[in-house]
Amino acid sequence: MSITVSLTVNGKAVSKAVEPRTLLSTFLREQLDLTGTHVGCDTSQCGACVVHIDGTSKKSCSMLAVQAEGTAVTTIEGLAGADGTLHPMQEAFRQHHGLQCGFCTPGMVMSAVDLLQHNPAPTEAEVRDWLEGNICRCTGYHNIVKAILSCADAQRTPQAAQ
Amino acid sequence: MTTDGIGAAVRRKEDKRFLTGKGRYTDDIDRPGQAYACFVRSPHAHAAIDGINTDSVLGMPGVITVLTGADATADGLGLLPAGWMIHNKDGSAMKTPGHPVLVTDRARYVGEAVAVVIADSYAEARDAADALEVDYTPLPAIVGTGGASAPGAPQVHDDVPNNTAFDWCIGDKSATEAAFAGAAHVTTLDIVNNRLIPNAIEPRAAVGEYDQGTDITTLYTTSQNPHVARLVLSAFVQLAPEHKLRIVAPDVGGGFGSKIYVYAEETVCAWAARKVGRAVKWTAERTESFLTDAHGRDHVTKAELAMDAQGTFVGMRVKTFANLGAFASLFGTATPTYLYMTLLSGQYRIPAIYGEVDAVYTNTVPVDAYRGAGRPEATYVVERLVETAARELGVDPADLRRRNFIQPDAFPYETPVLLTYDTGDYDKHLTAALDLADYRGYAARKAASAARGKLRGVGFSSYIEACGIAPSAAVGALGGGVGLWESGTIRFNPTGNVTVHTGSHSHGQGHETAFAQVVASHLGVPIDQVEVVHGDTLQTPFGMGTYGSRSIAVGGSALVKAADKIVAKGRKIAAHLLEAAEADIEFADGRFTVAGTDKAKTIQEIAFAAYVPHNFPEGVEPGLDESAFYDPLNFTYPSGTQICEVEVDPETGVVEIVGFVAVDDFGKVINPMIVEGQVHGGIAQGVGQALMEQAVYDLDSGQLLTGSYMDYCMPRADNFPDLKIGLTETPCTHNPLGVKGCGEAGAIAAPAAVMNAVTDAIGTSMQMPATPARVWQALQTVPALAAE
Repeated sequence: MSITVSLTVNGKAVSKAVEPRTLLSTFLREQLDLTGTHVGCDTSQCGACVVHIDGTSKKSCSMLAVQAEGTAVTTIEGLAGADGTLHPMQEAFRQHHGLQCGFCTPGMVMSAVDLLQHNPAPTEAEVRDWLEGNICRCTGYHNIVKAILSCADAQRTPQAAQ
Repeated sequence: MTTDGIGAAVRRKEDKRFLTGKGRYTDDIDRPGQAYACFVRSPHAHAAIDGINTDSVLGMPGVITVLTGADATADGLGLLPAGWMIHNKDGSAMKTPGHPVLVTDRARYVGEAVAVVIADSYAEARDAADALEVDYTPLPAIVGTGGASAPGAPQVHDDVPNNTAFDWCIGDKSATEAAFAGAAHVTTLDIVNNRLIPNAIEPRAAVGEYDQGTDITTLYTTSQNPHVARLVLSAFVQLAPEHKLRIVAPDVGGGFGSKIYVYAEETVCAWAARKVGRAVKWTAERTESFLTDAHGRDHVTKAELAMDAQGTFVGMRVKTFANLGAFASLFGTATPTYLYMTLLSGQYRIPAIYGEVDAVYTNTVPVDAYRGAGRPEATYVVERLVETAARELGVDPADLRRRNFIQPDAFPYETPVLLTYDTGDYDKHLTAALDLADYRGYAARKAASAARGKLRGVGFSSYIEACGIAPSAAVGALGGGVGLWESGTIRFNPTGNVTVHTGSHSHGQGHETAFAQVVASHLGVPIDQVEVVHGDTLQTPFGMGTYGSRSIAVGGSALVKAADKIVAKGRKIAAHLLEAAEADIEFADGRFTVAGTDKAKTIQEIAFAAYVPHNFPEGVEPGLDESAFYDPLNFTYPSGTQICEVEVDPETGVVEIVGFVAVDDFGKVINPMIVEGQVHGGIAQGVGQALMEQAVYDLDSGQLLTGSYMDYCMPRADNFPDLKIGLTETPCTHNPLGVKGCGEAGAIAAPAAVMNAVTDAIGTSMQMPATPARVWQALQTVPALAAE
């Protein structure tokens, strides 16, 4: 048995037949070949699978593809500009060495982008608290926190970031 | 220092693909016609397999086949081997039953693979795996380290009495006993080094594929050392001969040791692909990672340090029981022996050291090297002893260390436990760490904490490690089954850019950048003209891979040797083209110049001439492509000091890290940004061990109680303060880069620093992890605090 699910992914309309039990993360990775969304656990703790659904960060392993019917999904592949220019958060992670093996990175970046949407001027403590749902084993979070704070600073004072 | 050469904080070349979702990890690889594997795992810690009814699932939707241990045996698949032979005190060899890829007689740990279902989709494979009927007869199980060798304990292997794989010793027993007999003070500690689960965020994965036309088997897999995997799969498992087996380890999402080993699941994917004539893919679910990735640590130790009346160390005596799990894994026997007790001298002059290790089999998943591998366990023993001794003697811990440090003029220094340290300046990093931590201001901070009802503590850890593993001859003499050199190839392309092939493997360490910096610096080419290739046995020279903080010291040195060969050949070509004597050609900044003139050729011009050799020196081969193998002369010895400050809430037992300083001596540093990142990550894993992480098996049933992220506590961003990192530098004396390695230091030193701080705060010693409940319980044993 399959169900057709229709949604927008990274700005493009998509309509595919899925098994009802297909997770959104599986759908993105296996049916749309968007393998930037990673799966690091099966209990929704690690956060490697975070995408934006209608502009808000969600763990794509924790919902079914059919639950995304009619939504607009943005994955890590949809974050940079069409010309390849990195999103300011991606650039901040690069500048501050906020990634090592890169596996948790897509979820970290998508989560961090959502944080600044909600809270453009977070304190260090607020950044660390926000990252509760994203596990990184490589960086000790140190440079991830620095990258996010730097991106927040740059967004508030664009000149200063130049 | 150039902007992109050695010593520069070059932003990483690999980052753009990772940041845009274009990394290519094993689970991102799909092959045409691919089928999926799902493993049927033992629900029992110890059970005889009485029967497997494969007919029960063969008709289910999508199921292609079910394979069992009997099939593996029938196909002649060998056992997964131990890679390091350890000898008992009496000189006899250790007992190492091989690990079958699928259980043949009885399952020996929860999660051991009993059978595998291959199906058209993973969902169908999993449905069938859930439905497969397996008859088990449960047997008594033993999981605890301390009791495994006790009389009457359940036997994991029939031919290994008392579950003891080996009893090993190091050092001079009688000299050590004499030192203790004459000591003025002896400090004694009982230490449990808690069992850990590595938890790279990328789960292990494999795609096996067989090409009937070429008879080549390809395995895409999450490996830190693809050539080592190929060697093991060929020579021991007999999967395919080496020249017909290709291992590809593409982007790998963290390893920390757990992806060194050749596991059953990856092996089965390659084997099953040949049997079913389709590519076969498997990706671990996280719970499978908990159950089957090699665990780390798991020691039970009694440690003693003897001092004279002035607090000068005169002897150390250590007895450890080390849990190997159900089978000896690849480096599982080296980790609690040669990678552990050889470091018991720490940074100190200790004239007599004696250590014993009893390694035991238990009904748990195999234990092997995890970030630090033996050296964190050694550092924990040494640094907990030293700090406890300082407390008992009423001496400042920094002063006791200084009193016993090996002095800078004493190098090379031969320890009583096999190693010869080449260089170091331990007071230098201790002093730098004290300054960075504002140790002078500590008393005021402690008073301020007390005013808020908090218990503040400070702890030190002055660690040493042996990295850059290691001279092949020494490794062989100690029982290692491999050579531990590294390879590298530098290939100029005709248009002047450079492709570098390395036998090292990057899974987060940034080799594509750091190695490019080394090559760019030595050859004077821009870093964006250097591409580093790794992780594919078809593309790279045979290499030993990445573990033990060895990549820059051994793999980087191989590239320096290859670069020297490039320059030597380029000098001959330049001399010919510039019509000068070879001895008059100087090379600097990418240019070959006739000394004292402005006549010059760039290295790119030389490369072009080498591939279009119309005007070329006689007797010189065309091309500019050089390989080198580097076998180190010694280990490297990074050292450093960490200082941790904690605040403990006596009401709740919660430990908060309020200050953390690390000053490391890694010798020369190629990229300080990457080095600091390695330190940060190592500290986080060390703090995880000290405060929250522990693999827990139920002592009766042998079930793994910490089998998911809901049960096994991983460090999160809010567990850490801003980390303060410093560097000192005494270059390594025996490799061409002067580098020592930085990958494990953080994890090696941090547990002792944190636990020394916790001990200082609560006034009593306790075992890791210092979780709130355990700290609160420990506090109830301190009379002064319990009375409050």
